[in-house]
Amino acid sequence: MSSSLARSSLFRAVHAAASSSSRVSLARRTFATTVARAQAEPVPQEKQPLLKEFKIYRWNPDEPAKKPALQTYSVDLNQCGPMILDALIKIKNEVDSTLTFRRSCREGICGSCAMNINGTNTLACLCRIERDTKDTKIYPLPHMYVVKDLVPDMTLFYKQYKSIEPYLKNDNPPEKGEFLQSIEDRRKLDGMYECILCACCSTSCPSYWWNQDEYLGPATLMQAYRWMADSRDSYGKERGEKLQNEMSLYRCHTIFNCSRTCPKGLNPAAAIAKIKLELATD
Amino acid sequence: MNCARVLGLGPAFRRAALQPRAVLRNQVALRNVVQRRGVMTQIMKPEQVTDILNAQRVVRPNSPHMTIYQPQLTWVLSIFNRGTGVALSVLLYGFSVAYVAAPLAGIPFTGADVVNFVAGMPDAVKVAGKLVLAAPFSLHAWNGLRHLSWDMGKLLTVKGCYSSGYLVLGATAVTTIGLLFV
Repeated sequence: MSSSLARSSLFRAVHAAASSSSRVSLARRTFATTVARAQAEPVPQEKQPLLKEFKIYRWNPDEPAKKPALQTYSVDLNQCGPMILDALIKIKNEVDSTLTFRRSCREGICGSCAMNINGTNTLACLCRIERDTKDTKIYPLPHMYVVKDLVPDMTLFYKQYKSIEPYLKNDNPPEKGEFLQSIEDRRKLDGMYECILCACCSTSCPSYWWNQDEYLGPATLMQAYRWMADSRDSYGKERGEKLQNEMSLYRCHTIFNCSRTCPKGLNPAAAIAKIKLELATD
Repeated sequence: MNCARVLGLGPAFRRAALQPRAVLRNQVALRNVVQRRGVMTQIMKPEQVTDILNAQRVVRPNSPHMTIYQPQLTWVLSIFNRGTGVALSVLLYGFSVAYVAAPLAGIPFTGADVVNFVAGMPDAVKVAGKLVLAAPFSLHAWNGLRHLSWDMGKLLTVKGCYSSGYLVLGATAVTTIGLLFV
């Protein structure tokens, strides 16, 4: 409802703003189908409704005394896209506009829609809705402070990421041109640089649940190793020394929840084990 | 809250509003802008915003974790490894301290005393006692080897974790039964 309103006002605004006729026609062409689609009569559906119940964690900061609770929404899967995120957006658009969650790219590259779906952390946009009548439970990322509904407070997570200095550090840059790297050295970064920092892994880790304040967690530690393993970075030793204490790194007990849950198929547990091995054989 | 800014339409609206001809042509757009602005006004100083944020942070609930996370071999086996480790340590230290302290308190607690005490028990209790000791010991010992292999950089994949996990469970069953016959 509100999105279609925004869309039509967008159309008008672009229409108004465009000064030359070519820009007007471009805008018309760009939005013509959108407007036509919005104005079109809905096509009658032949399929029988396939109702599925979504039980979603709700908590409203405006009513802090009310305890968090699961709220049930029924969605017809035949009128809904294939992913959990589609169902959430459908609920927000058509049923309950107060339902709050983060989303952006809807294709698993932004990491905004990380949440706990049916007991495992994953991205709502990459998680298919199972086409059966069993209900699906959706919680925010586990053991995080809840801002509202499915939105967790990520402040600490980002601070931890910042603390490992996630950027290239090298006091002797090449005199001319860029840093060069062999194919083998570049290959060491595969499986680490793809991390989108959605925090699925960190919030799946029991160690991170209990020691969040001091233990860095799998996502941050894998990024720490991403820079330690980079042949262009000359601060590997210092980076390792910063982790040489009881809490930052060694609260990892190789549980493997992180790798098991990673929606991008990465392996933080292996990266952490490699840090430990490097520090031990240093 | 701030739709115009979120959509990046601020400049477009402003231009639309400033051009007299555009205003005539686009009264709807203008009305939208005016309506939006009417809804969203509450100007606050940064300190006030921080106050609201801090007040909210105090009451924020912690999202559910252990109770809602799917039981998986990964972390369930890890919990059992920790539990058996703690139990076996308590037993070892408890037994050792008792061995030293009991004679001082006048209670006989030599090896022979313990053997006599156990020998006088019914068979069912003996088997149950062996099971209770053997199962955690086997699990912890085998899983310890699994941890050593991880520390050497082996089996560091989800598949490796699962296959070695099931292997540990199988080996635990076998050695537990074996130890029952000792």
